[in-house]
Amino acid sequence: MKIWEKLVEISLFICAISSVMIIALIFLFIIYNGFPIIISKGLISFVFGGTWKPDSGVYGVFPLLVGSFVITILSLVISVPLSLGCAMLISEIAPEWIRNLLRPAIDTLAGIPSIIYGLFGLVILVPFIMNNLGGPGQSVLACGIVLAVMVLPTIVSISEDSMKSVPRELREGSLALGATRWQMITGIVVPSALSGIVASIVLAMGRSIGETMAVIMVCGGVAKIPSSLLSPVYPMTAIIASEWGYASGDHQVALFAVGIVLLFIIMILNIVILFSRRYNLKGHKV
Amino acid sequence: MAVNIRYLKDQLGILLLWTCGALTLGIMLMITLYILWNGLPIISLGFLSADPIQGGKSGGIFPTIVATLFITIIALILSAPLSIGGAIYMAEYAGENTLTRLVRFGADSLAGIPSIIIGLFGYLLFVSYTKLGFSLISGSLAVAFMAMPIILRVSEEAIKVVPESYKHGSLAIGATKWQTIRKVVLPTAIPGIITGLMLGMGRVVGETAVFLLTTGSVAQIPTSLSSAVRPMTVHMYIIATENISLPYAFGTAATLLIIVLIITLTSNYITRRYFVKLGGRR
Repeated sequence: MKIWEKLVEISLFICAISSVMIIALIFLFIIYNGFPIIISKGLISFVFGGTWKPDSGVYGVFPLLVGSFVITILSLVISVPLSLGCAMLISEIAPEWIRNLLRPAIDTLAGIPSIIYGLFGLVILVPFIMNNLGGPGQSVLACGIVLAVMVLPTIVSISEDSMKSVPRELREGSLALGATRWQMITGIVVPSALSGIVASIVLAMGRSIGETMAVIMVCGGVAKIPSSLLSPVYPMTAIIASEWGYASGDHQVALFAVGIVLLFIIMILNIVILFSRRYNLKGHKV
Repeated sequence: MAVNIRYLKDQLGILLLWTCGALTLGIMLMITLYILWNGLPIISLGFLSADPIQGGKSGGIFPTIVATLFITIIALILSAPLSIGGAIYMAEYAGENTLTRLVRFGADSLAGIPSIIIGLFGYLLFVSYTKLGFSLISGSLAVAFMAMPIILRVSEEAIKVVPESYKHGSLAIGATKWQTIRKVVLPTAIPGIITGLMLGMGRVVGETAVFLLTTGSVAQIPTSLSSAVRPMTVHMYIIATENISLPYAFGTAATLLIIVLIITLTSNYITRRYFVKLGGRR
């Protein structure tokens, strides 16, 4: 009986540790397959090289890296105010029935597959930008807007969770001192929930950088550093997915190497989230 | 005067929050209604049950629905035992130590790995190294990694909110820990675990990038695990971007959207009832 119990515990432990092993395997495989090109081109000239021309064997990731960051930052600029507003509304202001309307709406946004966002962007957003603002339509702006909608549910649900867990006493204390609801929200709730809010934004950033299908349809696919909001971009994820079909030899290895860069950025963000969570736990003991 | 400005700010601020809420609701309605408006007229029994003709210009999407269905079932069969087992360990056995933190970090990180990376990994491990080729099984194995962290996190939450008193009762009458988990904890946590499975399912059904790199792209009904298949999402991507047929892309999108909405809304309904019943938060 004792042995059986122990056996169960060990097998459950193996299940639990499997995700760590999968992460390790992912790193091992991607790095092993992408590393040769980084070695042969040199890390600096690969990561900071300004030209990506697979036909002539030139692989510089910098324009792709900049592309990924630009659309991510734009998406956060659009999404953060909107989603924090929404989170504050749900957590502090809205009556029950509005909450019951908004929460499923946000769940729905979270559930819509990224490819559908891409289709919507391609058919509605791209022509709209082309006709009203100029440029080719497939642009930084289009990517930013599509990504902003995609990461909205992430920011809303996590920051709302952390606003909700701000102790009632703090709120009542500030209202009792004569603060208005707006002063209570900006002066008490937001600062107390700040670490959760930051975590939600970092998480959204990770989703934005890693998103593939939504941006591939609206990015335009030009591997140059974008000169304006209306010029096309080629984010790292999109180039892997769209050049994959015909890449071979060095080109394929280079795409794996782009994967390495992406993987490292994501892991850095994961570590940031880990630390902000830990900070969060400490903060709640107040 | 100062008081007036304070109240004005209050009114304006709260108005701003309401605007954000209205905008969000508006965006959601605009996207879903637009897809449904353009897609629903295309959906018919013929569309759902016929093979694509001329690469999707006409005909239907039946083989792609079958592919998505098979991939989803296989991926869940593969990922469910591992993730539920992991969840039980995390909720019932693990203490707060370095090892647990490592496991939690692993699950969180896996959830954050971009799907295109999972796709590359799936290609390397299954398509190329283990020689499974571009196939139903390669795609299912790769996408199982995407479903795992979701099922694990949600099931862990579900197991954690089972009241301590239930377990104490069972342990007090002489049941072992595993008996308690099997006969008391898991039956209570079942609705929550089902939610986790459904959310994992939603993720698999809507996934595209992983399939693009692992399943091949043959729009035929699979005859074995090693047949190349084309799931709905990939089909939609191809016919939309290669200018084959936009109306059919909308038809596929609407079918996909309806499936995903049913999954998401049902699972959220179950979650709310379950967590409220057991007095947990959410």
